[in-house]
Amino acid sequence: MIANYGYKDGSGEYYISIDTDKCIHCEAARACLRACPKQMFETLVDDYDDEVVWVKKPNCRTLSYDCSECKPASGYTSLPCTTACTPGAIKHSW
Amino acid sequence: MSATSVEVMAETVPEKKEFWRWQENVWIDETKDWRSANIITCGIDVGSVSSQAVLVVDGELYGFNSMRTGNNSPDSATNALQGVMDKCGMKLEDIRYVVGTGYGRVNVPFAHKAITEIACHARGANYMGGNGVRTILDMGGQDCKAIHCDEKGKVTNFLMNDKCAAGTGRGMEVIADLMQIPIAELGPRSFDVDVEPEAVSSVCVVFAKSEALGLLKAGYTKNKVIAAYCQAMAERVVSLLERIGVEEGFFITGGIAKNPGVVRRIEKLLGIKAMETKVDSQIAGALGAALFGYTLMQKQAKAA
Repeated sequence: MIANYGYKDGSGEYYISIDTDKCIHCEAARACLRACPKQMFETLVDDYDDEVVWVKKPNCRTLSYDCSECKPASGYTSLPCTTACTPGAIKHSW
Repeated sequence: MSATSVEVMAETVPEKKEFWRWQENVWIDETKDWRSANIITCGIDVGSVSSQAVLVVDGELYGFNSMRTGNNSPDSATNALQGVMDKCGMKLEDIRYVVGTGYGRVNVPFAHKAITEIACHARGANYMGGNGVRTILDMGGQDCKAIHCDEKGKVTNFLMNDKCAAGTGRGMEVIADLMQIPIAELGPRSFDVDVEPEAVSSVCVVFAKSEALGLLKAGYTKNKVIAAYCQAMAERVVSLLERIGVEEGFFITGGIAKNPGVVRRIEKLLGIKAMETKVDSQIAGALGAALFGYTLMQKQAKAA
């Protein structure tokens, strides 16, 4: 399942997509949880009884601000979350 | 102000009409008798605007109640369920399993389990539209969900927008009040225009409302303004749908599915016709929840 967390508003589209099929049996020991400086990710058991990572609810509405310090303008050359997620389950839309 | 002048004002000021108020429904399948059923399950969908209680008898839809959500989720859930139980003489003890869903799902006092509305809408749409349903658009009261599912109704891709009210039922209620036209008439009236107008702002209800007022001042008829708003809503939700990919087997749930002004415009933009259903589109979430409950009961029975 592809779970898209985020929103679209007048300024653009801000979604973090998590491919739960790659996330269920994580080969990176849930490195995303530690990699995010804002600690936006957490694990939960989804509706189909699989343990997966998701974006915390309050962050879903403020992604463009929360993720801004990890974007190239702030000096990062790659996103800490997508880099830590070696199975490639996490993607940013912007 | 004297008591007399207050009385005079009360007589002269007309009662404010609630143009946004939509039809609440209670329905029971009179051809079935729940007393002879093996398993009765219930789904309660407490949304931000409406609440639904659905009864499923041996895996089939038996009855539902759809009403406005009050100012507290537990009471809304209780009232929704009580309404449908009163209609068929059922008691809470007769129901084997209750699943809560929707915005207030964790506040359903008698629920055995809570499941997200994403999974429940997919399951409900699969029941209502059959196993050919693949793309689901839920236009709820204060959010909008685009869901992709497989032939069993299991979610394969989803996104939800609950940050912005554009493209939601609440936006349509605002326009109904602004135009002073009952909400059920907005859709049909949006087609009564000579030329299809450009859409108003599709990214904000507040901007759309001020734009609508500007258009009225500029000489637009009410129908033309409604058409512009319906087009804006359609464009808004189509942009969400395109993000998850649209596939044939397109099904719309939620209150806006009853508005042909928006539905026909979405179909035109997508080039796909939405699937028809005889069941109230607003109950999809609660129906899916009740069906999840039924599956859980079946699994428990097999395991025993």
